Amino acid sequence: MATQPDLQPPNENDAFREEVREFLAANFPSELRGKGSALAGVDGPTEESEAQRKWREAMGSRGWGTPTWPKEYGGGGLSRRQAAILNEEMAKAGAYNPIGGMGVMMFGPTLLEYGSEAQKKEHIPPICRGEIRWCQGYSEPNAGSDLANLQTTAEDKGDHYLVNGQKTWTSGGQWADKCFCLVRTDKSDKHKGISFLLIDMDSPGVEVRPIQMISGMSPFCETFFTDVKVPKENLVGEEGQGWTIGKRLLQHERTNLSGGGSLARMMGASLADIAKKYVETDETGAIADKVLRDRIADFEIRWNAFLLTARRATEESKAQGGVSEISSVLKKLGTKLGQERAELTIEIMGLQGLGWEGEGFTEAELAGVRAWLFGKATTIYGGSTEIQNNIIAKRVLGMLDHQ
Amino acid sequence: MAVLNEEQEMLRDMARDWATNESPVAAFRKVRASGAPEAFDRDAYTAMGQMGWTGIIVPEAHGGSDFGWLSAGLVVEELGKTLTASPLVATTLAATAIVLGGSEEQKAKWLPKLASGEAIGTLAIDEGPHHNPAKVAASVSGGKLSGTKAFVHEAHGADLFVVAATDGLYLVEKGDGVSLSTRKLTDQRSHAEVTFDGAAADKLAGGGDSLVEDVLDRARILTACEMLGMAQAVFDTTLEYLKQRVQFNQVLATFQALQHRMADLFGDLAMMRSAVEGGLQALDSGFGVPRAATIAKAEANRVLHAISREGVQLHGGIGMTDEYDIGFYLKRARVVEASWGSSAYLRDRFARIGGY
Ligand SMILES: Cc1cc2nc3c(=O)[nH]c(=O)nc-3n(C[C@H](O)[C@H](O)[C@H](O)COP(=O)(O)OP(=O)(O)OC[C@H]3O[C@@H](n4cnc5c(N)ncnc54)[C@H](O)[C@@H]3O)c2cc1C
Repeated sequence: MATQPDLQPPNENDAFREEVREFLAANFPSELRGKGSALAGVDGPTEESEAQRKWREAMGSRGWGTPTWPKEYGGGGLSRRQAAILNEEMAKAGAYNPIGGMGVMMFGPTLLEYGSEAQKKEHIPPICRGEIRWCQGYSEPNAGSDLANLQTTAEDKGDHYLVNGQKTWTSGGQWADKCFCLVRTDKSDKHKGISFLLIDMDSPGVEVRPIQMISGMSPFCETFFTDVKVPKENLVGEEGQGWTIGKRLLQHERTNLSGGGSLARMMGASLADIAKKYVETDETGAIADKVLRDRIADFEIRWNAFLLTARRATEESKAQGGVSEISSVLKKLGTKLGQERAELTIEIMGLQGLGWEGEGFTEAELAGVRAWLFGKATTIYGGSTEIQNNIIAKRVLGMLDHQ
Repeated sequence: MAVLNEEQEMLRDMARDWATNESPVAAFRKVRASGAPEAFDRDAYTAMGQMGWTGIIVPEAHGGSDFGWLSAGLVVEELGKTLTASPLVATTLAATAIVLGGSEEQKAKWLPKLASGEAIGTLAIDEGPHHNPAKVAASVSGGKLSGTKAFVHEAHGADLFVVAATDGLYLVEKGDGVSLSTRKLTDQRSHAEVTFDGAAADKLAGGGDSLVEDVLDRARILTACEMLGMAQAVFDTTLEYLKQRVQFNQVLATFQALQHRMADLFGDLAMMRSAVEGGLQALDSGFGVPRAATIAKAEANRVLHAISREGVQLHGGIGMTDEYDIGFYLKRARVVEASWGSSAYLRDRFARIGGY
């Protein structure tokens, strides 16, 4: 999304830092220190406490949950530098950003770019305030990696579209208020027949059925549309422009996923610290099993090289004023390493690291198992590793398809 | 690629032009054909000295430019791309030992000559085929050094050896008490077993307890720069080849099995570059050098190993020929991988630094 260049003199940023500190002192409830957002969990929403609600409203009314989005639509209107200051100060105060989800990560930035004035006015402010939850209606039973094969139809009925079809793997579908959807408005052209449509999840004819995952959680659903009436003004862009808009949204999704480290961070302590707790150490305090020690070091070295790569991608993109070509490898590298780390963690813990529920396991151990299983999704969604490889080979390396 | 300032960009471009035009792989073939054990072109090295590359990390007061490690690394990387055979890395490392541990007198005596390219220096640390600075038997008594050093790089051209003895680093000049026995390795560069038999030795008394490791960390990082250049060159050459070689009526680059292998290597190469540049930046900032050096050389080992292997495979039969360059990279790769720390050595060191 567009951000203002950093033209402010440094003293102006000092004043801003002071403003942030005062805001945090006045509004961040100390009981929430070090706690994450209620909306951000992978296992669905938990009840929002009074303190959490207050904090969300305080941040939302300033637009600071979406700090660099334009002020006129409820964003913070901050420069990148100011947003960084906000982050730094929040980290110091143990505060978190209570505004998140797919609306912030992918839909908002896309709508700011492609939406009409009326659509931006309607949909962006509630995202900035953290009031509306969005879900993503892209995948279908026969349209996964080959997304453009989607068959859910939207038929032009004059003042509205009539939508019929099935979506699947809809994350958070059972809790979402609205869905941004790719639908077919023209059967004669695979790509140009796709349109980008916004659908209210409480419209008559929308049905969601949660699907249980290998991790035991049910964070995604099958979503059925049967004769769902969708007002014409919910079309984003032109009819047939859905593929272009939809792909742009996927770029935002990948940027957010490519941290990849979120999984590793979820697992907390360093591998060496975990190992010292679960396996024997020698008289010097080193891990006694030299093979395991070697594998941990091997992983940590590559993990560090990945973190350096993520930093380099940011620096290069900033210096070039465009996306650095190595950004294309971040998703595949980060997700692979995150999974490797989870596997190694379990191996270090032995059977103690495979607890499913009940007695005999710490909370962290049980959470680790679920995270390991959920983490398998990271190389599948947001464009699988194989699809990333296709993109890197063709777009970055110029290895073209057979003509 | 790290974000460079204008000076660094100019330096990089100059090194790239020079390596491409004056020192392509064909130049290394000439060096090899000559059979001279010192295995480098004196005129080329003189040119490097004139361009200031031999003095990049030497302080201005001692005849260098003090441009810093990132700058030195850029030049070494470009020369690595064309397998330029020269004692530039070896001499830079000898100079850094003196910068870190030398007295004013030692600095005044050696640094200007090393910085100008007039004198050549090299490190003589290991005493066996595996890098292991903890296992040094060479010793000094009454200012005379005795011991044997194995596989000393660029030994044949060296005027000055920086030698590890049981109690630290010493400067030993070529001449009396120093004898060389050539060890021709697969990369066909200069390596020798060097025997010191009561050779006059001048201790590098400064630099503190960590001097040897500090010098070795610089060796790890600068060698990793050469490796980065080599890996980049093999990757680029292989990609070019896949784009023009036709089999089954289509260019090989259109086969997905090969596309994905190249995409994997591209990711590995990105990690290697980040790790190597991270090492150079650590040297320039002076912060976290041992850890950064270990990561840099370990990633360089891992990725160059994979790329040099895949490079030969993806060229098919032509990759097996001496006439084609790719095999030279493979042979040089294994030599630099084993120098200043194999992958296993570096993982052990990384764990030690991390306290596990
Ligand atoms: C936890 C989770 C949450 C999700 N959330 C959402 C959501 O909210 N909204 C939504 O719309 N979708 C969501 N998805 C769906 C996700 O986008 C798809 O699973 C993904 O696009 C892959 O499609 P698929 O499952 O049909 O697998 P397929 O496309 O059938 O792929 C199967 C295997 O074949 C490989 N493959 C496919 N095509 C190629 C090719 N051309 N070359 C080489 N290999 C290939 C794939 O990489 C994969 O390994 C979610 C998925 C998961 C796991």
